[in-house]
Amino acid sequence: MSEAHAGAHAHHAPTGFIRKYIFSLDHKVIGIQYILLALVAVLVGMVMSVLMRMNLSWPGTSWPILGTLFPGGAPGGHMGPEFYLSLVTMHGTIMVFFVLTTAPQGGFGNYFLPIQIGAEDMAFPVLNMMSFWVTFVGFVVILAAIFFSGSTATVGPIGGWTGYAPLSAIGKIAGPGQGLGMDLWIISIAIFCVGSLLGALNFITTLLNMRTKGMTLMRMPLTCWAWFTTAVLALLSFPVLLGGGILLLLDRMAGTSFFIPGGLYVSGVLSGNSPDFPLHTGGSPILWQHLFWFFGHPEVYIAILPGMGATSHILSTFARKPVFGYRAMVFAIFAIGLLGFFVWGHHMFISGMSPYSAIAFSVLTLSIGVPSAVKTFNWIGTLWGGRIRFTTPMLFAIGFASLFVAGGISGLILGQSSLDLAMHDTYIVPGHFHLVMGVASIFGMFAATYFWFPKMFGRMMSEKLGKFHFWITFVGVYAIFIPMHVMGIQGMPRRYSEFTEYRFLDSLRPLVIFVTIAAIITVIVQLVFYFNFVWSLFRGQKVTSDNPWEATTLEWVTSTPPPHDNFGGHLPTVYRGPYEFAVPGAPKDYMMQTEPHDAEVPAGLGEGTGNGHNGHQH
Amino acid sequence: MATTVTSTEVIGGTVSGGRRSGNGNGFRQDGGGREGGPMHDPAARYRIGAWVLIASVVMLFTSLSSAYIVRSASANDWQPIAMPRVLWLSSALILISSITLEVSRRSLKQQLDSAYCRWILLTGLLGLGFLGSQVFAWRQLVRQGVYLAVSPHSSFFYLLTAAHGLHLLGGILALSYLVVRTRKRRDTFEGEARRAGAADAVSIYWHFMDVLWIYLFLLLFFWK
Repeated sequence: MSEAHAGAHAHHAPTGFIRKYIFSLDHKVIGIQYILLALVAVLVGMVMSVLMRMNLSWPGTSWPILGTLFPGGAPGGHMGPEFYLSLVTMHGTIMVFFVLTTAPQGGFGNYFLPIQIGAEDMAFPVLNMMSFWVTFVGFVVILAAIFFSGSTATVGPIGGWTGYAPLSAIGKIAGPGQGLGMDLWIISIAIFCVGSLLGALNFITTLLNMRTKGMTLMRMPLTCWAWFTTAVLALLSFPVLLGGGILLLLDRMAGTSFFIPGGLYVSGVLSGNSPDFPLHTGGSPILWQHLFWFFGHPEVYIAILPGMGATSHILSTFARKPVFGYRAMVFAIFAIGLLGFFVWGHHMFISGMSPYSAIAFSVLTLSIGVPSAVKTFNWIGTLWGGRIRFTTPMLFAIGFASLFVAGGISGLILGQSSLDLAMHDTYIVPGHFHLVMGVASIFGMFAATYFWFPKMFGRMMSEKLGKFHFWITFVGVYAIFIPMHVMGIQGMPRRYSEFTEYRFLDSLRPLVIFVTIAAIITVIVQLVFYFNFVWSLFRGQKVTSDNPWEATTLEWVTSTPPPHDNFGGHLPTVYRGPYEFAVPGAPKDYMMQTEPHDAEVPAGLGEGTGNGHNGHQH
Repeated sequence: MATTVTSTEVIGGTVSGGRRSGNGNGFRQDGGGREGGPMHDPAARYRIGAWVLIASVVMLFTSLSSAYIVRSASANDWQPIAMPRVLWLSSALILISSITLEVSRRSLKQQLDSAYCRWILLTGLLGLGFLGSQVFAWRQLVRQGVYLAVSPHSSFFYLLTAAHGLHLLGGILALSYLVVRTRKRRDTFEGEARRAGAADAVSIYWHFMDVLWIYLFLLLFFWK
């Protein structure tokens, strides 16, 4: 429990470098720390994806630099299958945990949730700091797993981001990539769970306790609803993964049999016949899948919900219209979050589950299409008839909606157990989830970065570079992931390091190479984003107003960048809903949340009626 | 200590004093209402935090319990271990500790700080006694040759008791924090409200640890 400060007026930032920038209690600094962590992690993950693509497209080619860097894993520059599989594992783990979970929630959520609800900081600043540094330790441990994987043939453990038992539970006898690297992988994930839980605790308490005067729940920006729901999902799902991780670690280190069945014969050794492989009986590998996916499915919503929030926010701002159906959007976010807890079985259709369970999971899965469609149509409704300003954040927000639909449609196919049985282990699944939870979430974060950068750093990012970045990335990600659907339907199995032995896939070779080239171009264009980010920090055009986008929510009320306690000791009072654009009778086309009512609404309407007076939209 | 606060600017929001008159401890006064922001009560955040924390601990033990139930049916190698008798002592100690903690909170409401600290210390000692009793149960089992990996039931016994014990240790640290906080208290309205809020939060957590242990006890030795 932390004690922030006792009642003074304005709070000034600590002056020492370490307390100000390293072990800071300021949610804004912590948010930027999370964003920087994600920006580093995503580089590692992208390099790994390019290495994988190179191996898939030009198997057997020698890459001398790889031979120098990883003499064991890529002898003479040739990537071995174990090398490839460890790349798959680390790419997935780093991207899902240290990019898609940290940047949207820990990064932008930390920075903007307290400001948008009119609070001076998070409820528990010390916990907030610990949450980041625990996550950072988790990242160091996962990087350590690359270099100390216990096998020279790999760059980390082999097990996918799902770490399926029993192979992951046995230990190094199970083969390369199952030794120390797997221990470090599990420990890293467990540490990450703790960090995320501290963060979620803070988000929920802050939102419930620290909203400023007038900020009723239904006046909160949709971003806050999204971060709140995400925090609830994290709070309820990460402990389950933590529990599973502890069981897995005990199986590996203490000889228990939670996930290891009896009579297992691995690497030529029968369980119990070797000191490296003690006797195990009766464990259930499927139990790990249940525990993992009970976490894993909410996790994909943890990744994408903040993107949805940012998209709704940005679409409304640049369409100069209120969000279409604000209440429906709130309920849709909640419905998606709630349903997300009951559909984990659709990741396990091929685990031999009862067809009756599969039908139940299938029906629940498809029903997520309803709130998803509510959101999509409301985004279209928001854009419809708006005076759209095609800024870079707006382009990325529209891109988010596009990718969410394109990736979500194939979810309706994969969510049906009868179809999934055939398609589950093919490329259609990576195509689906990369579009819908990977790239869409990242687009949400790009939109958020371009949108909030001026508030965070007082300078605009370059629009020219931003639009260039958007268009190449937008076309690029479709060029990468749509062909994967075609590959999947043709039966190309995923997780294979090369396809030279499979004649029936020969006709797909040009497509595989096309995807690789698209991937390389898209990755290179991300360097433009990095350049734009760093260049704009120092050379970007300075903002001339605290509200350069003419937006309505509280972060645009305060100075730029916001002072240490966000509002300089005077918390704002909120009088209206978050998206009051194009209000009839108003002097300008947007009304800040802090503007009192006398401007255009008859007195007495408003206060305490939630978002009701926002209903002039339609 | 102030008994009536007219209008106190506190960190983030105005707490109007009229509704806060009374003993100044701020117990159960979630009030705040519209004027101070929807729930802008610095003391309430500790209670909210405690409930949110409990939700995540519940999920951790739900995952372990569901593993327990699945594993008990996944094969026919389930050999129940004999219950160490000393667990009855553990249960009694932790139940009593909940009562002593309530007594301490009553002292806090009556502004008897030294009694409050004494009862908290007693609660902490009972908690340590519980942990000692749990360790004794482990040693008993070890003497009988029942180790972690002997059977799935013994694995779960050690795991669940250790997980609960670690969480209780956190509770003991929180209790000592309450004592330190009382020693270093500031007689401001807000400081007192927060101190009471922290006491509320710790007691919510502590009672939850109590209930959690009873649940685990029943699950491990009485659930078929």
